[in-house]
Amino acid sequence: MDFLVFIKQVPDTDEVKVDEESGTIIREGVPSILNPFDEYALNLALRLKEGMEDEVNITAMSMGPPQAKDALKKCLAIGADRGILLSDKVFGGADTWATSFTLFKGVEKMGGADLYFSGQEATDGNTAQVGPELASHLNLSSMTYVEDVLDINPKEGYLTAKKETDEGFIKLKSELPVVLSCMTPPDFEPKIPGVKEIMKAKNKPLDTWNHDDLGGTEEEYGLEGSESQVISTYPPPSKGPGEKFEGPAEEGAEKIFALLKDEGVCDD
Amino acid sequence: MIKIDREECIGCGECVEVCPVDALSLDSEEKAVVDEDTCTSCGLCISTCPTNAIETKIMARKGDTSQYSGVWVFGETNDGNLKEVGPQLLGKGRELASEFNDQLSAVVIGSDVKDAAAKCGNYGAEKVYMVEGEEFDQYKTLPFSFAMSQLISEFKPRVVLYGATHLGRDLAPSVAGRLGLGLTADCTGLSIKEEDGEKLLLQTRPAFGGNLIAEIVCPNTRPQMATVRPNVFSCPEETENSQPEIIEREVDLNPELFKVEILERLSGEEGEVGVEEADVVIAGGRGVGSEENFQLLEELADALDGVVGCSRPIVEDGWLSKAHQVGQSGKTVSPKLYIACGISGAIQHKVGIRDSDTIIAINKDPEAPIFDVADLSVVGDLHEVLPELLELLGGEDGS
Ligand SMILES: Cc1cc2nc3c(=O)[nH]c(=O)nc-3n(C[C@H](O)[C@H](O)[C@H](O)COP(=O)(O)OP(=O)(O)OC[C@H]3O[C@@H](n4cnc5c(N)ncnc54)[C@H](O)[C@@H]3O)c2cc1C
Ligand SMILES: Cc1cc2nc3c(=O)[nH]c(=O)nc-3n(C[C@H](O)[C@H](O)[C@H](O)COP(=O)(O)OP(=O)(O)OC[C@H]3O[C@@H](n4cnc5c(N)ncnc54)[C@H](O)[C@@H]3O)c2cc1C
Repeated sequence: MDFLVFIKQVPDTDEVKVDEESGTIIREGVPSILNPFDEYALNLALRLKEGMEDEVNITAMSMGPPQAKDALKKCLAIGADRGILLSDKVFGGADTWATSFTLFKGVEKMGGADLYFSGQEATDGNTAQVGPELASHLNLSSMTYVEDVLDINPKEGYLTAKKETDEGFIKLKSELPVVLSCMTPPDFEPKIPGVKEIMKAKNKPLDTWNHDDLGGTEEEYGLEGSESQVISTYPPPSKGPGEKFEGPAEEGAEKIFALLKDEGVCDD
Repeated sequence: MIKIDREECIGCGECVEVCPVDALSLDSEEKAVVDEDTCTSCGLCISTCPTNAIETKIMARKGDTSQYSGVWVFGETNDGNLKEVGPQLLGKGRELASEFNDQLSAVVIGSDVKDAAAKCGNYGAEKVYMVEGEEFDQYKTLPFSFAMSQLISEFKPRVVLYGATHLGRDLAPSVAGRLGLGLTADCTGLSIKEEDGEKLLLQTRPAFGGNLIAEIVCPNTRPQMATVRPNVFSCPEETENSQPEIIEREVDLNPELFKVEILERLSGEEGEVGVEEADVVIAGGRGVGSEENFQLLEELADALDGVVGCSRPIVEDGWLSKAHQVGQSGKTVSPKLYIACGISGAIQHKVGIRDSDTIIAINKDPEAPIFDVADLSVVGDLHEVLPELLELLGGEDGS
C-alpha cells in the first residue's frame, strides 16, 4: 500500500513578529519547523504502517521553496520512505486552490496512493482548506478533524476513524482511498529521530519536481492560478497595554470586582 | 469540471443517464458534450464511462461575473435546529445585500428542516433554498457538498457565507474545490470594496496564529465564498411570521457519494460545554495546580453565569475534557469577559481569545505574556485572589 502525507514547512508562530511599517511577517531569524499537525499525521501513518501485514510505503510530499527540503528530511528521519518536493518559482503566491492543484499534479505524477494524510491546518496560513480541496480534485471523500484511525482494512477497502464534530466525537467508516485531515490529540508525543535514523534518512530518495515535471500551463499555478488575492496585511490592532495591578490579593480582587460591575456581568 | 476525450467516446450515453444535473448530452456526432455552467464536478460520469473517456478537468470557474447576484447564508442545523451562527450571518448578510442591491437568501439542507427554513426568514432571509431528505439526516461531506454545488450552479449567487464551525470548515472547501472557487477562511470582518466599478466582497481574516490580519478579495470567480467565525457578528432581532419564499429542490444522490458512514457517537466524550457561545469564560491553566482546585473556577463561573475553559495541559492531564480547551487546537471564544487564571499566555492559547471584549488575567509571574493582551492584569496568587473575589460576589448576593 502507498500512504501519502502532505507536509508544509512553517515559521515557528511562537517567534513570529510583524513589521509594523510594511505589515508583513519578518521571516529573518525565525526558525522554520515542520507544521505540528503534519508531524502528527506522519506519526499516525507510521503507527498504522507498523500494525499492518501488507507492506506500506510512506511518501511525504511538500510544495515549497528549496529550503522546505529540511522539513522533508525531518520526515525521512522520523520514518517516511520517500520525500518529494514540488518547487518552482511559478508555484509561489498560491492560494489554497492553487496549492491543492499543485499537490494534485504531484499526486498524478507519482501515480496516486491508497490513503492520503494532511494536517488539520497549517499554523501559518491557518485556513484548513488544502486537505478538503485536494480531495475534491482527486474526486475522493475527505474527512476533517480526524484525531485517530481506529482500524484499517485494506482487503475490504475501508477504515474507521475518530473525528471531532461541533457536537463531540464520532466514529466514522470510510471507503479507501480517502483524504484525512489530522488533528493532534492532547496526549501525542512526537517521535524524536535519533542519530541512526538521521543517518539512514540520508540514503532515502528525496526528489524535487518543478513545473515542467508536473505539466500544465504556468497560469494554472501559483499567484496566476489563484482566485483568492491577499491585497493587504497588517498587524492586529493592539488594544494597548491594559491596567496592571501588583499588590495584596484582597485589593486585586476588588479591582476585578469593580471591572465586573462596570462591564455589567455582575449585579451592583 | 470534466473533460471528454472525443476519440475515446463511443456515444453509449451512460454518462448522460447518470448525470444528476443533466449537464451531459450527445451531440450530432453521437459524442458526449458537457455544459460547463451546469456541471457540478461530481465525478459520477467519470466512474461510469466504460471507455474511460472522461476525466476531471480542474479549472477555476471564471466566466461572466455579471450573471451572479444574491447574498446566501448557509443555515447550519443540528438535529433540525438552526445553529446560532446562521442568524448572525443573516444579520451581516442583510447589510451586504443592501449594498450590493441584492436579495438575501438562506440555504438549509437536512432531513427535517422546514422549521429551520422558516426561522431563517425570521432573521431576514427573503428566500430560503431547501433540500430535504432522509439521506441528509446527518452531515456527510460529499452529499452536502454535492447538494450545495447543485444549488450554486443553478441559482448563481454572488456571495455565499458559511459559519467557520467544524462543519462549515469541512463543507466550504469541498464546494470550493469542486466548483473551482476562491474561498477565504475564518473571516472576522466583511465589507465591500469597489474595484473597476464592480463591488467586491472584502474579507478580513487573521493568519499566522493571529499575528497578522489579511484583507482578501476574490475578483474573478463567482460566487465569492467565505467561512466566518461564529460570534463575530451579532444576531439580529427575530421577527415572527416572516414567510420567506421557500424554494425546494430535489437532489438525487448517487450511491457513489456515500463513501462515508457514521457508525456511532463516541461515548465517554463529554459533549459541548458551550465555551464558544458563552458570554463569560473562566479559564484555568497549569497554575491552577490540581483538578480539585478547578472547583474555585466552577464557583466563579456559577456566580457570573459563565462556563469554565482551560489551556491545553489541563486536557492533557485529563482534568477537563477537550470541549473546554481554548486555543489553536481547541475552541476560539468570543465572550464579553474572559478571565485567565494561571495561564501563561502562549501564542497557541492567545489566538483563541483575541475576540474577547474584555480580558482579565491573574498570574503570579509579572512577566507572563498573557498580560500583553489583558485589559486588567492582576499579579498575584490565584488561590488568594479568587476566594477574595468570590467573597465579594457572594456578599453582593446577600448570601
Ligand atoms: C495572510 C495570508 C492569508 C491567507 N488567506 C487565505 C485564504 O483565506 N484563502 C486561501 O485560499 N488562501 C489564503 N492564503 C494562502 C494560503 O496560505 C496558501 O495557499 C497556503 O499555501 C496553504 O494554505 P494554509 O497554509 O492555510 O494550509 P492549510 O489548508 O491550513 O493546510 C492544511 C494541510 O494541508 C497540507 N498543506 C498545506 N500547504 C501545503 C504545502 N505547501 N505542501 C504540502 N502540504 C500542504 C498540510 O498537510 C497542512 O497541514 C493566505 C495567505 C496569507 C499569507
Ligand atoms: C501545535 C500546538 C497547538 C497547541 N494548542 C493549544 C491550545 O489550543 N490551547 C492551549 O492553551 N495551548 C495550546 N498549546 C500549548 C501551548 O503552547 C502552551 O504549552 C500552553 O498553553 C501552556 O498552558 P498553561 O498556560 O496552562 O501552562 P504554563 O505555560 O505552564 O503556565 C502556567 C502559568 O501559571 C502561572 N501560575 C502558577 N501558579 C500560579 C498561581 N498559584 N497563581 C497564579 N498564577 C500561577 C505561572 O506563572 C504560569 O504563567 C499548543 C501547542 C502546540 C505546539
